[in-house]
Amino acid sequence: MSNLLSLTTFLPILGVLLLLFIPKDSKAVLRGVAFVVTVVTFLVSLPILTGFRTNAEFQFVENVPWIAAGPFFMRYNIGIDGISLWLVILTTFIMPLAVLSTWTAVEEKVKEYMICLLLLETGMLGAFISLDLFLFYIFWEVMLIPMYFIIGIWGGKNKIYAAVKFFIFTMVGSLLMLVALIFLYFKGINAGITDFSLLHFFDLKLDLATQTWLFLAFALAFAIKVPMFPLHTWLPDAHTEAPTAGSVILAAILLKMGTYGYVRFAMPLFPEAAYKFAPLIATLAVIGIIYAALVAMVQEDVKKLVAYSSVAHLGFVMLGVFAFNEQGITGGLLQMLNHGVSTGALFLIVGFIYERRHTRLITDFGGLSKQMPVFATIFMIVTLSSIGLPGTNGFVGEFLVLLGGFESELRWWTVVAASGVILSAVYMLWMFQRVMFGELDNPKNQKLTDLNAREIAIMVPLIALIFIMGVYPNPFIEKMDPAVKKLVSQVRPAAMTARQMPSAPALPAGHPMVAPTAEHGSAAPAAVVNPH
Amino acid sequence: MFDNVWLIPLFPFIGFLINGLLGKKIKNETVIGGIGAVTVLGSFIVSCMTILKLLSLPGEERLAEVKVFTWITSGNFNADIAFLIDPLSCIMLMVVTGVGFLIHVYSIGYMHGEEGFYRFFAYLNLFTFSMLLLVMGNNLLLMFVGWEGVGLCSYLLIGYYFHKKSAGDAGKKAFVMNRVGDFGFLLGAFTLYWFMGQNHNVWTIQFTEMAKSSHLLPTGGIVTIITLCFFVGATGKSAQIPLYTWLPDAMEGPTPVSALIHAATMVTAGVYMIARMNYLFIRSPETLMVVAVIGACTALFAATIGTAQNDIKRVLAYSTVSQLGYMFLAMGAGAFAAGIFHLMTHAFFKACLFLGSGAVIHSMHHALHHVHSHDDAQDMRNMGGLKSKMPLTFLTFLLATIAIAGIPGFSGFFSKDEILWQAFSNPHHGGLNLLLWGFGAVAAGLTAFYMFRLVFMTFYGECRITPKAKDHLHESPMVIVFPLIVLAALSVVGGYIGIPKVIGDTLGGIPNYFEHYLEPVFKYSHEYMAQHAAHGGHHSVALEWGLMGLSVLIALAGITVAFTMYVKNTELPARFTAAFPALHRAVFNKWFIDELYDFVFVNPCKAFGRFLWKGFDVVVVDGIVNGVAKVVMGFSGVFRYMQSGLIHNYAWTMAFGVVVILGYYVFK
Repeated sequence: MSNLLSLTTFLPILGVLLLLFIPKDSKAVLRGVAFVVTVVTFLVSLPILTGFRTNAEFQFVENVPWIAAGPFFMRYNIGIDGISLWLVILTTFIMPLAVLSTWTAVEEKVKEYMICLLLLETGMLGAFISLDLFLFYIFWEVMLIPMYFIIGIWGGKNKIYAAVKFFIFTMVGSLLMLVALIFLYFKGINAGITDFSLLHFFDLKLDLATQTWLFLAFALAFAIKVPMFPLHTWLPDAHTEAPTAGSVILAAILLKMGTYGYVRFAMPLFPEAAYKFAPLIATLAVIGIIYAALVAMVQEDVKKLVAYSSVAHLGFVMLGVFAFNEQGITGGLLQMLNHGVSTGALFLIVGFIYERRHTRLITDFGGLSKQMPVFATIFMIVTLSSIGLPGTNGFVGEFLVLLGGFESELRWWTVVAASGVILSAVYMLWMFQRVMFGELDNPKNQKLTDLNAREIAIMVPLIALIFIMGVYPNPFIEKMDPAVKKLVSQVRPAAMTARQMPSAPALPAGHPMVAPTAEHGSAAPAAVVNPH
Repeated sequence: MFDNVWLIPLFPFIGFLINGLLGKKIKNETVIGGIGAVTVLGSFIVSCMTILKLLSLPGEERLAEVKVFTWITSGNFNADIAFLIDPLSCIMLMVVTGVGFLIHVYSIGYMHGEEGFYRFFAYLNLFTFSMLLLVMGNNLLLMFVGWEGVGLCSYLLIGYYFHKKSAGDAGKKAFVMNRVGDFGFLLGAFTLYWFMGQNHNVWTIQFTEMAKSSHLLPTGGIVTIITLCFFVGATGKSAQIPLYTWLPDAMEGPTPVSALIHAATMVTAGVYMIARMNYLFIRSPETLMVVAVIGACTALFAATIGTAQNDIKRVLAYSTVSQLGYMFLAMGAGAFAAGIFHLMTHAFFKACLFLGSGAVIHSMHHALHHVHSHDDAQDMRNMGGLKSKMPLTFLTFLLATIAIAGIPGFSGFFSKDEILWQAFSNPHHGGLNLLLWGFGAVAAGLTAFYMFRLVFMTFYGECRITPKAKDHLHESPMVIVFPLIVLAALSVVGGYIGIPKVIGDTLGGIPNYFEHYLEPVFKYSHEYMAQHAAHGGHHSVALEWGLMGLSVLIALAGITVAFTMYVKNTELPARFTAAFPALHRAVFNKWFIDELYDFVFVNPCKAFGRFLWKGFDVVVVDGIVNGVAKVVMGFSGVFRYMQSGLIHNYAWTMAFGVVVILGYYVFK
């Protein structure tokens, strides 16, 4: 029981060992084993959810010494709180679906492919549960490699370019983060901290100049991963080239590393700096929302359109998180899960028609509703969830983000961001119309078959979640609430003092947005407990 | 007391689930349609019981909130799934479930044999469910759920014939324009929530709580901003200038949809929303003026377009836009009860008109289909003389037309006249009042004209359909005619529950039951007005009678002109068009507003998106990225010779190095 987190995280590695002994020609067995392993991992992760006590503490903690090298002491320190809990569950939940989606799509090098997927799962889970900064970094890098291979080997026409682009973008950020990490560690040693444990560093009082530089290094690494405008261009390429499962995992989980990084590390470690940069980050987030929506509108490739819609959605997450209040952060976290479910589902859907027609160009389709009614219904539901229709999951997150943003100093940013709800309806519905409605006039589409049982089985859990999280989101919110409150209490006082400082000395110039709105801001409500 | 009201939305939702999930397997139209109609009938019965219970209470106690469960809680924000029962929501319940039920019944006949019959009823039930959430929600967020939900159903039902491109386009247009409005709604909600919380520590989105704290709000200022945001939402949903253009296109949907969604219920949501938050709107004279002016302009503007359309449903669509304008005019005049009254009577006669037109189209379609003609079944130029072929349809249609035209004694007369009088006499807009009244009165004349034009073109004169097809024209089955009769009856008598004071006084003191009934809902506004506003000038009873007479005369004039042009001298319209070709072209093409929007919003947006993609993403960002890669490759292209692995290269380099070093020491 106490090793539940480790067990969940390393079960996929056990699966990899198992796969090694299976001949590479027995594709069915390989797929079956990989699927079973991911399902078992999911089942094993469920007691984490049921056993999780609704408080702000880290739970299921395991903490043992790991590496001691020179001045460096790393510990195997893991645990989860309400913030990482859902991301862990999301990961174990999505993985079986991702494996299932490749059943017929990947025919070459099945063994290696499955190994990559399982390694990836361990990497992602590890990153979400790490409470040791160095351990986090290791897992962060571990994720990168299987993904690189998944895109580079099983990708589309332009896979090498996309894979290298993905790798280099992410690597640039990671290296900066590593440098910052080591610098932070030495700062910690001076203050009497003896290892890389994250919790120790929360109490470290850094001056604003140091915070600023460290924050920038972390923020850049995470911003690339999110991805935030203008660092987003690797994403459409990676998504279009990646095989379906790659896209699903990339969208549903990997991107969350970026936003999770802000919530778990960048903000609580460097609260004053984070607060100082909130206007800049919010600006980029809002630009991302509008920009990505406009670009998505004119895409010719369905998958690229979905990729750009991801950029817009994650802009909402960033805006919410940087509202520095409870509603905003809760909304942001919910939106992370929602995006995982909805966009994951969208990529699966794109995969379904790609497998049938080997094209993703919108103009090649039209009128599919007639031929594929089940597919049409599912596609419609997911589309609506993606544009945040009330009753679906997308709405709750988006609403809380906007509400939180509106109550914070980022009011005007929020107003602009809210117009994103119009644009998202435009590009999604227009795409849906061109693919699904109209005459079924392309002869190649007239023989299309509707979804088979396996494909429906993949989609049903996602559809169910879309409605459950939309109609009854409170269980999700309740579990994350204490952790969010704690985070707010960590970053909020810092924000308050930062606001009272006349001007920060070492702040790089060039974001004039702070001054006017900060004064008549509405800082207080976030900490106030609901009077009702 | 009202513990069972959650059944009201639940029934149609169950209907939606059954038909949506199993309808394809059920196949039997009677069962599917039966489920659709019976569930709404169930809601109607519970609604009736609810309103009876409400009426049994004394006036000030007619308010109840029924909580089902907590929906979202975060920090100081809380939203419940909870229902509000008060006179206003009960009226809306009656309209939505009552008219809704009739239209469900009608649809069984109308949609007979259509592909996707089950899909239609599933959507229709889902719509009813959403609409009920909208009117019953006790907080802004739940109202918004219904608000977007009805928008979705509207989208799905407009695009019901999805294989037609025009239907897909129309659905999308409706959804997007509604979303523009939703954007305003959300901003209004945020601003209100934040302002009340920040300044008065009242963190609520519940209507009753907001009403109780409304005295904390200032007059104008922030309230103007809030109410204007909400009004943007209303213009989207209720098809007012500038967001009205989706409604005429929405006629792509099956006719029952036009009757239910685009006439009787959904499009009135904006009016309902303003009435629900009347205590806010009354606090902003500026917003009231904007609402009144937009309403009056829409009423007139849409009526002008209605005069030149040949598609029977489009005429009715513009008529709806115009009538909604009246309702907003009432809201802007602070005459909330009058607006809701017109909402109700309009639901009766407009639903009757749409369903009647549907019966005509159905019959026309059938006849044309029989002779393999591709003539347009909705074009009035192909109709004529249907009076004898479809006597019941004609009679009900005529009654509803008289009602909408504002002929005394019919429901439309009472409600419209009350609005016109309030527009003239309200204390809010000073000198503008005369203009508001004038717009309304002229629009009333145009309404009478285009409606009777429609009646004359459709039911009178020579039948312009091919003689062979003519024999196939026939009256509709009972399942279609029955709803028409009920609605026509309501169009005639529905007005007597809200007889304007001046008439009631003359008739021996009959009170305006309707206004009295709604009194508790608007009490905060009335209190506010009692404290703040200067009372409007006192107008004599004679003046009120005079204006009423004038508006009736204008309506009669409209009818006379229509009679002259379309029955007596049928060549007149052609001569008129020939005399004013530019004017006719402009009106016929809806004043080119769609083209204007395409030019100003749609196309630039697409072009800008394309520029950002091809220009910024590909050239600038990726240019930098790939540029860096190229630079690195360029350098490595040079430096790779340093590690070529060829011995003679290294030897040459070494020799060169030795020479340089030696040279340095030698010549130092």
